[in-house]
Amino acid sequence: MVARHPAARAGSPAALQGVSLSLAAGEHIAVIGPSGAGKTSLLHVMACALRLDSGRLEIQGQIPWQLGSRALHKLRGRLFLAPQVPPLPPRQRVVTSVLAGRLPAMSLWASLRSLCYPSDIPAAQQALAQFDLSDKLFERVDRLSGGERQRVGLARALLSPAQAWLVDEPLSALDPIRSKQALQTLIDNARARGVTLVASLHQVDMALAHFTRVLGLREGRVLFDLPAAHVTQEHLARLYDQFEHELHGGPPQDFPAPALQTDPTRPLSMHCR
Amino acid sequence: MSYKALWFALAFLVLVVASFASLDLQWGQFLSLEAARSMGRFFAEFVPPDLSPIFVSKVAVAAWETLAMSALGTLLAAVGGLLLALPNNRFFASAVLNALRSIPELVWAALLLISAGLGPFAGTMALGLHTMGVLGRLFAEAIENAPQGPAEALRAQGVGRVQVFFYATWPEVLPQLMSYTLYRWENNIRAAAVLGVVGAGGLGQLLSFHMGLFQMHKTATVLGAMVILVALVDTLSYLWRRALKS
Amino acid sequence: MSSTLQTQHPKLRDPDWTRRWLGFCFFVVLLWPILVATEFKPWILVEPGNLKITGQFLSSFWPLETHPEFLTMVAQGTWRTVAMATVGVVLALLVACPMALVSCRVLSVSALGGRMGWLPFAVRLLVRWVLIVLRSIPELVWALVFVRVVGLGPTAGVLAIALTYGGMLGKVYGEILESSDAHATQNLLRNGGSRVQAFFYALLPSSSSELASYTVYRWECAIRSSVILGFVGAGGLGQQLDNSMKMFNGGEVATILLVFMALVAVTERISNWLRSSLS
Repeated sequence: MVARHPAARAGSPAALQGVSLSLAAGEHIAVIGPSGAGKTSLLHVMACALRLDSGRLEIQGQIPWQLGSRALHKLRGRLFLAPQVPPLPPRQRVVTSVLAGRLPAMSLWASLRSLCYPSDIPAAQQALAQFDLSDKLFERVDRLSGGERQRVGLARALLSPAQAWLVDEPLSALDPIRSKQALQTLIDNARARGVTLVASLHQVDMALAHFTRVLGLREGRVLFDLPAAHVTQEHLARLYDQFEHELHGGPPQDFPAPALQTDPTRPLSMHCR
Repeated sequence: MSYKALWFALAFLVLVVASFASLDLQWGQFLSLEAARSMGRFFAEFVPPDLSPIFVSKVAVAAWETLAMSALGTLLAAVGGLLLALPNNRFFASAVLNALRSIPELVWAALLLISAGLGPFAGTMALGLHTMGVLGRLFAEAIENAPQGPAEALRAQGVGRVQVFFYATWPEVLPQLMSYTLYRWENNIRAAAVLGVVGAGGLGQLLSFHMGLFQMHKTATVLGAMVILVALVDTLSYLWRRALKS
Repeated sequence: MSSTLQTQHPKLRDPDWTRRWLGFCFFVVLLWPILVATEFKPWILVEPGNLKITGQFLSSFWPLETHPEFLTMVAQGTWRTVAMATVGVVLALLVACPMALVSCRVLSVSALGGRMGWLPFAVRLLVRWVLIVLRSIPELVWALVFVRVVGLGPTAGVLAIALTYGGMLGKVYGEILESSDAHATQNLLRNGGSRVQAFFYALLPSSSSELASYTVYRWECAIRSSVILGFVGAGGLGQQLDNSMKMFNGGEVATILLVFMALVAVTERISNWLRSSLS
């Protein structure tokens, strides 16, 4: 992939400025940096979920935004984006949520049939087992803790037909032991399939320990793009200047369970009767 | 008190006074002693209600017909309303929905009687059409306001629109859609009960028939059945909605 | 790492499947008698004979009846409908307010010390039951009954609206009052204020905009109700519509329908504007 000089939405200061980046297939990259550095924007740009204001994005030799909508859709199927907040409908069951990762490869009829009866329970279970969640197979998403939901979101990646995984803060709700397990699982699977893995992380130590290449973003600009071994304390100090508390990571955040929209026992009395 | 509030109060007062003045309300009709006595006599005719087994079974059949009308009408309306809530281009669909819900069920029934003849079919269709307009608009709002996270994630994966709807939007909005539908059922059981007055079958038809013949005992039974039926549906709807909440 | 986490499970079945399948069968089993009871035969609508009648009726909608005399009549009917709704809602307020106040637990003096006394509790329960009964009987039924007593005309319609809407307003007022912050009210009661004082100084100010908003909204609904009541002799637009339909005068029906739809749209606009400026 080649991305050159993207600047972002109008009005606000550019989320990414002068970013120039090139990835080979199968590479593993960690993106680190303080809050507001543009890590999420970068991943969204790479996933073709965010348009560039200026600059060029090229994926496997194609320019995504110039493709027809059909071709763009197919291209998207080869990219898997895992947002920071797990994108799981609260009342859906885990098995359906995980199998949804396979949707780009399923025909319409197969996907509808899978809603009535899940089409590949063993595969879903295997994926969940790798994140230590196989006993939650038929649970509802809103009955899981924040960390469990995050792991379900990651398990989706294992079932997707994508050739690139773009993972945004995959460890934010996990404690240190689970973080290590989850990251190791992701990396092992990515390596086994030859998938390109780009992960934005707050846990700098994990990034340096597990990834071969580390990208440092600050205020939308690339501060350094180095092999992990060459990243020094000085680099980190400059990167996290004025954000030192983030350098040492915080306790796992917990995403509150998404609440049901309204109280069904008292619907809006705003219609006649 | 601000000027705006003053204007409101004034306009409101004018409206109220003009309304009272222009309608020739026969206050004497029900505020005098004579009127009270005649009303008392009238209401006394309702007691005792006719509880003979033959008639009660007739009322039961009519009650079942009314219940079926309300249930089927609401169901058809939910399906139709959902179909009309889905299209992205809201202009045509909104126009249709507004037209459907502006016209009250009774008017629809009167119109449909011409095409469908007397009987509960016209009543069911009338309920269905009007409620479709109401539910369609509520459904469209619910779908629009649903949290977009799951849908966006699937779209970013290149999943088609229909699949995005079923895997992301549908699970999010289903409890709310069902709650709206059940709430409308409560309204529709009352509407179904009265549609019979114009000839659409059920308890309403029985009511207007016996009231026309001044058979007040039978009328009282029918009224009692109406109250029970309404209470039954209200309770069922409330319990179901409470189960949805958990 | 992953292979140690992987465990051997036998092929799992979806536990929800049986439940969903049974639910579906239950639904289908229930649907059949419903279709029979409602005489659901949609093909009747497209039978040639019926289609012809429908076509004739629909085509008679155009041209619209625009004779000035008729239009004046329609305008008068519209005003009578609005007037009937307004008077009905005002009378409904007279019914609803005392009942809402009585049924509201927040104003209970006996509950200040803990449990409510049995007599106040019984009174509150009774009032709630009365409100439920008032709400359960459709206004059309009330109107039918009142037409027998006070004769044809708007009085029957006004009374019907007053009773039914009194029940609705009473219930919702009660709910609004109960859900408002009880702290200030209870404080006044504890310090020895009377219930009326507590109501005007604490309860009403905190919920007034919600109460007003709901009342305006109900007035909008009352206008639609009074059109329906016209069908049983209460006058106004509804009665005119009924007359025109009985005479199969499509042009008049179309005009009245359009006027009605415009009335609904205008009232909705006014009601939305009033409610948004109240909050």
